[in-house]
Order: sequence, then C-alpha cells, then structure tokens
Amino acid sequence: MSAAPLLDVRGLSKRFGGLVANDDVSLQVQSGHVHALIGPNGAGKTTLVSQLAGQLRSDQGRVLFDGHDISAFSTHQRALRGLVRSFQITRLFRSFSVLDNMALALQAVSGSSLRAWRPVARETALFDQARSVLAEVGLDAKADHAIDQLSHGERRALEVGMALASRPRLVLLDEPMAGMGQEESARIEQLIGTLRQRSTVVLIEHDVDAVFRLADRVSVLVGGRVIASGEPDAVRRHPEVIAAYLGDGAETAR
Amino acid sequence: MSGLLVLEQLLNGLQFGLMLFLLAAGLTLVFGVMDMINLAHGSLYMVGAFLAAWLVGITGSFVLGVLGAMLLTGLFGMVLESGLLRSLYRRDHLSQVLATYALILILNDGVKMLFGNDLPLSAPAALAGSVQLLPGLNYPAYRLLILGVGLLLALLLYLLVQKTRLGALVRAGASNRDMTLVMGVDIGRLFTLVFGIGAALCAVAGALLGPLLAVQVGMGENILILAFVVVVIGGIGSIRGALIGAVLVGCIDTLGRSLLQHALREVLPPQWASAAGPAFASIAVYVFMAAVLALKPQGLFPVRA
Amino acid sequence: MDAATRRRAGAVLLLLCAIALPWALQQLGIDYYLSLASRVLVYAIAATSLNLVLGYGGMVSFGHAAFVGLGAYVTGIMISEGIAGAGWHLLATLAVTGLAAWIIGAISLRTRGVYFIMITLAFAQMIFYLANSNKAWGGDEGLNIRTRSIIGIEGFALDLKDGPTLYYVALAVLVALLVALARFVPSRFGRAVVALRDDDIRAEALGFPTYRYKLIVFVVAGAIGGLAGALYVNLTGYVSPNLLHWTQSGSLMVMVILGGVASVWGGLAGAAALLLLQELLSAHTQHWEFWTGWVLLAVVLFARRGLAGLLARGAGGKD
Repeated sequence: MSAAPLLDVRGLSKRFGGLVANDDVSLQVQSGHVHALIGPNGAGKTTLVSQLAGQLRSDQGRVLFDGHDISAFSTHQRALRGLVRSFQITRLFRSFSVLDNMALALQAVSGSSLRAWRPVARETALFDQARSVLAEVGLDAKADHAIDQLSHGERRALEVGMALASRPRLVLLDEPMAGMGQEESARIEQLIGTLRQRSTVVLIEHDVDAVFRLADRVSVLVGGRVIASGEPDAVRRHPEVIAAYLGDGAETAR
Repeated sequence: MSGLLVLEQLLNGLQFGLMLFLLAAGLTLVFGVMDMINLAHGSLYMVGAFLAAWLVGITGSFVLGVLGAMLLTGLFGMVLESGLLRSLYRRDHLSQVLATYALILILNDGVKMLFGNDLPLSAPAALAGSVQLLPGLNYPAYRLLILGVGLLLALLLYLLVQKTRLGALVRAGASNRDMTLVMGVDIGRLFTLVFGIGAALCAVAGALLGPLLAVQVGMGENILILAFVVVVIGGIGSIRGALIGAVLVGCIDTLGRSLLQHALREVLPPQWASAAGPAFASIAVYVFMAAVLALKPQGLFPVRA
Repeated sequence: MDAATRRRAGAVLLLLCAIALPWALQQLGIDYYLSLASRVLVYAIAATSLNLVLGYGGMVSFGHAAFVGLGAYVTGIMISEGIAGAGWHLLATLAVTGLAAWIIGAISLRTRGVYFIMITLAFAQMIFYLANSNKAWGGDEGLNIRTRSIIGIEGFALDLKDGPTLYYVALAVLVALLVALARFVPSRFGRAVVALRDDDIRAEALGFPTYRYKLIVFVVAGAIGGLAGALYVNLTGYVSPNLLHWTQSGSLMVMVILGGVASVWGGLAGAAALLLLQELLSAHTQHWEFWTGWVLLAVVLFARRGLAGLLARGAGGKD
C-alpha cells in the first residue's frame, strides 16, 4: 500500500549557534498528496522548508527526492529537478512587469539562459504559457502592471503562481495565504486543490481549517520536532497535538 | 631579529592600531546605526590634522592645537551631518558613495585652498626624546603619548557606550535601528551628536599621527581603507570589535612592514625590499580580513540580530 | 516616429558625429582636443564595463580599476619588452584580466552586501601594492612606453600612436560594446542577470544558477575593463599604480552613477560628463576638483537617475 514516497526526509537537523531549529525531522510525502506542515510559530517550519529547498545546509540528515539523494544539491539544482518553493515573504522582481516575472519563472526551467543576443520577447510560446499561468492565479488582467501596482494579495498570488509555473513535481508552499483577504484565500485554496492532479504539495499554513480541508496528510512540528504525522483526522485527535498546538478549540472546530 | 625589536614594533603596531580605532569607532557607528557608507570619513581625519597643524602654528602650543582641532572638527562634523549627510540615510548605497566621494573632492581641494598642499606639524619639543622602557629598548616619548591618549580615549569611549544613557541608545540603534525608531527616540539629534564625536576622534588621530605620517592633502584616502577593513573585521556597529580589530590590523600592518622588510633585505636587493614590505603588509591585512570573514562572516563581534 | 525609432535615429546621428569629429576638429584648428575625445571613449568603455557588473548585475565592485590598470600594465609591459603586435596585446590583456576577474570573482561572490564591496576593494588594493612594489616596470613612478600597439601585418598596419587611428579604434570598440550591451539587455541572459540583481534568492529558487551567472558577468566586465586599460596605455603612453588606486574605482563608479546606472548609454554619458566637466573647469580654475564635487553632489541630490534618466524623461520614453 505504501508506494515509495516522492519526498523522503530522514533525520534532518539544524542548529544556529546554541539554538536548535530542527531536531531529527523525518517525514514522507507521497506523490500526488497535499501534505500539510503545521505547528506554532518558531517551530522550525520555515527553516525546514529552507533546508528542503537547499538554501540552508543541514547539520545532519538526508533528503531523498524520487529515490535520489539530493542532500548535496544546491537550490537551483533542486528547482531544475522539480522541487520548487514559494516564499513566506513575497519575493518578486521589481524591475519587471507581472507578465515578465512569470516569463522569468518559465525561462528558468526551459533551456539555457546563456543567450545574450536574441530578445526574449520573440519567444511567443513562453509568453503564452506565462499568460495562461497568470490566468490560473487570476492575474491575467494585470499582466502589464508593475509589481508595486499590485495589492498584497495579488503579489502573494503572483508569488505562488511563479512557483507553480514550471509545473514542478513537488512544490513547497510557505504560508501561501499569509496576509490575504477571504476571497483571495479561497482562490488559492481552490488552486491548491486542483494542483494535486499534477503536483505534489507540501503546504505550510496557519489557517488550520483550510489545512484540514485540503490535506491528505498532516505533520505537526513543535519545537523543531515532528510530534505527529498522519491522516488529518488522526492528527487532529492526537493528544500531544491538541496540547501543544490546537488547544481546546480543536474539539469545537468545524 | 631581536626580541626587543619585535617588542618595539609591537608597541608601534599598538599605537597605530589605537589611532585606527579612533577612526573606526566613528565609522562603525555610522555604518551600524544609519547603514550609511561614508567615504568622506578619512577627510575628517585630514581636516583635523590640518586644523591642528594650523592652530599649533598660531598658538605655539601642541595641546591647544589638538584640543582646538578636536572641537572644531567635531562641530564641523555635526554641521556636515545635519546639513547634508542626513538626507542620504534613506538613499541607496550607490547614491551615498557618489555623494561622499564628491565630498572627498570638495574637502581635499577646499583644504588645499585654505592651507596649501601640506602643513608642517611636529611633535612637542618636550617629547622629542626617548624613554628607556627596558634595557636596550629606548622608545620615543611622543609615541608613548599617542599610546596613552589612545588608551585613555578608548576607555572613555567604552564608558560612554556601556555606562551612559546615550551609549545605550546608540547600542540599541546599532543592533536594531527600526526598533529604536519605534520607541520614539529622536534618533536624528542623537545621531548628529554621535557623528560629531566620531569626527572629533578622527581629528585627534589626524593631529597625533600628523608628526609621524605628514599632514598633507589626500592623507585620508589611504587610512580610510584600513578603517573600513577594521570595521568589517570587528563587526559592523561594534565599538569593542573596532578596538580589537584595529589593534590587530595595526599590529599586522606595522609588523608586516618592518619585520618583513628586515627579512626580505637578507634576500632581495634593497629597492625591492623597501617596496615589497608595504605590499606584503597590506596583503597580510587583507588576507587576515578574508580569514576572519571566512570563519565569522559577520565579523568578530557582530551586533546585528 | 515612435520612441524606439527616435532613439535609434538619435544613436545613428551621434555615431555620424563621432565619426566626423577628427575631421571637424582639424578643420577648426583645434585637433589637440582629439586626445580628450579619445580619453572620453576609453573611459566610456571602462565605465560601461563597470555598468554591466554594477548597474545590471547589481554587484557593487569597488575594485574595478584593478582590471583597467592590469590591462594597461600588461599591454605596457609587452610594448616595453618589444612585443608590438596589437593581436598579442589583446590576447594577453583579455587572458590576464579575465583570469584575475575569475579568481577575484570566484572568491568575492561567495559574500554579499558590504562584505562583497570590501573584498573586491581588498583585492584591488593588493594588486595596487604589487604594482607599486614592482621595480622592474616602474614601481611607484610608473611605466613609460615609447611606441604603441600596431594592428595588422607588414605592409598594412595601423599604428595606435597616430591620434585619429587610436580614436577610431576606440570608437569601434565602444560601438561594438554598446551594440552588444543593447542586445544583451532584452535577451535571456540579460533578463536573468537583472532578475538576479532584483532578488538573487528568488532567482536561485526558480532555477537560475545565480553564482555561475554572476561570475560570468564579473569576468566579462573585468576583461572589457582590461581592454579599456590597453587602449588607455596606448593613449597616454604611461601607466602608473595610481590607475589602480581605489579612488580610480570610485571615479569610475561616479561616471556610472552620473551617467545612469543600468542604462546602455550610462557609461558614455557619465564619462563624457565628468571628463568634459573637468576639462571645462580646469581651464578656468586650479581647483576644478572642488567644483566638480559640488556638481556631483547636486546630481545626487536632485537627479536621482543620473543624466540618462534626465534625458529619458525629456524624450518622453522609458530607458
């Protein structure tokens, strides 16, 4: 029943000086699942994402992606293999328009960028694809806008869209709905739902309700350790999880 | 190479290092608290040296010259900060580079217009001799003065930064500028004062080193780089780091120059040796900086959270 | 006529004027200004190469003068050792400065922000002190050369000692550089590089090999800087360690910032502005540095995007 996991995290640890950010974190993410990672602030979730994306060197542990040990791979190498992340704090290219940002995301994974003579504007296929991804996140009307003309929610949508543009095999979404209004959050939630057909999603979110609606599996990270991992209902009832994170409200949650 | 020679060079290194510290202290605070690259900091050192030389020429008193230079340069620094530099804090680093580079040009030529290309400045006659520290080791009295003044100022600065409210505010600003702003501290006025103190310290260094290194236009550009290196090694925003870093850099530079020269003289023809010494000394300083950054990327005593 | 065509027409017009300049100066009897024009071209090449790494690449390299100076020294030394062929000079200059840029870049690009600035500065100072201590080729007094690079073969040769010849060679190099830069900016590589400048962490996360791309830009810029240096020593017949001093790097940065960071014309505009300003002021006063400083200060405070920015606003187009 358990196929080989797409992402196999084994014993990842990270310290910053005297502070232990992550301690022996292990989890398995199955292909096609939405796997949520929840936990209180400072529990080490974003650190874990940085480790998985290759931005932070782990002190111990290994990361296997599709059976291959990618622990030594740099961030861009992981991205090219299909392991992509989005950022909790929006990071966009301010010198470029919305459409150009998306085009850059696609350019990164479609062939070498060491071409210094032909204008990118001639690559109509690239821009057509960029527009269709923008449509998926509801930004096609704002394609030619500058980044600072977008609202916060729109920027988050672009941020997530860029991570998805390359159709990655696994996308790490770091609090995609942070700071969004209800309508925008609903749209992102819907998008994540449709994603599961073509991508595997590791989702970090604080909106516990959305998490339990979307996720196939949930892992709970507290104090840098995974205290529970499994199907949402089981995790929701786990006594340690309730004590450490969900509190009494969980029993009465929808 | 005798042990006494090494000891003498160590003392020279300590002395140079302490003067470097006076420059680096102001620089590290400007960088640490206001995140501003100030290329004209070396020019304040030059202005101080020229003012001291001029005042000593007029009054005949070395002490009055140094104190006067300190006061005038401090005031000049405050005017410069509140008038011009303040509008650069919000700008990007490149604009700051351009503006402070322009300042170097203005101050260099401005000083030349007022005082000429150089001014003579000699150590007070009372300190012209040497003091016997150890049998066989006679050390120039003037350099001992520099050591003494340097240590005294370092101590005073330490007390100011660690024990006074002003110092606490500055330290808070260095480690977290935005927080300090939120707390409602009038960081503007605080900063003008800090800048003025930094300028005054530069002036002391310029005045004291003047008799040794010559008071001339452009003297700031050479020492500025070393001051920046000290700031980076010590940790941006850290006075303690500036002191330790400056002493280390001063010693490496001085020892490198003199001892290497002695060593090279055995091997190379004299004109090569005398030129190669400074080259290797400065290379040694930069290699040291690279080594520190490789082990401690934020410097020896990082301040920022 | 839309903005793009207008700009292109303007560029062609400028080129035609540049080509006609030596003849025009001669007609006016002021051909001693030709060397100033050549100086502007040589500095424009150096400043444009810095603009590539600084403006487009976002790498604040405070040691760029080292590459210019290295190029000047390599060519100068070869000439003083009797090797006259420009082909050899070009090859050696590009090889040495490219290699130096590769080593310096490979190490420096592991750092960020102010540390990157400091390390590039440190390397440049090291090379400065090496040049200073180098007694075999002038040391701190500098190196004088009597002849110049010679392009071509027996029978048909261009001697760069001839003013107009040097001018046209420098012009050709600058034009080629500006065309290449204009093609670079909207290309895949150009956009990737600017994206790296905007946010290199994001770019890396998307799949761009940021370190590799930055290093490539750094090396190319360094090599072109070296080429400018080779032309410089041909122009002045002299190279000294002062060419490598950090204040020269500062001067190049000033040209870039003045002319317009991240604009194709920025290097040329800045070099022309600064050198012509210096020329103008020094004709009237001994203290031209003083007044230059005030002009620069005014530009920083009131013309934030540099001169190219002012012109773009005037023409109604975006740069």
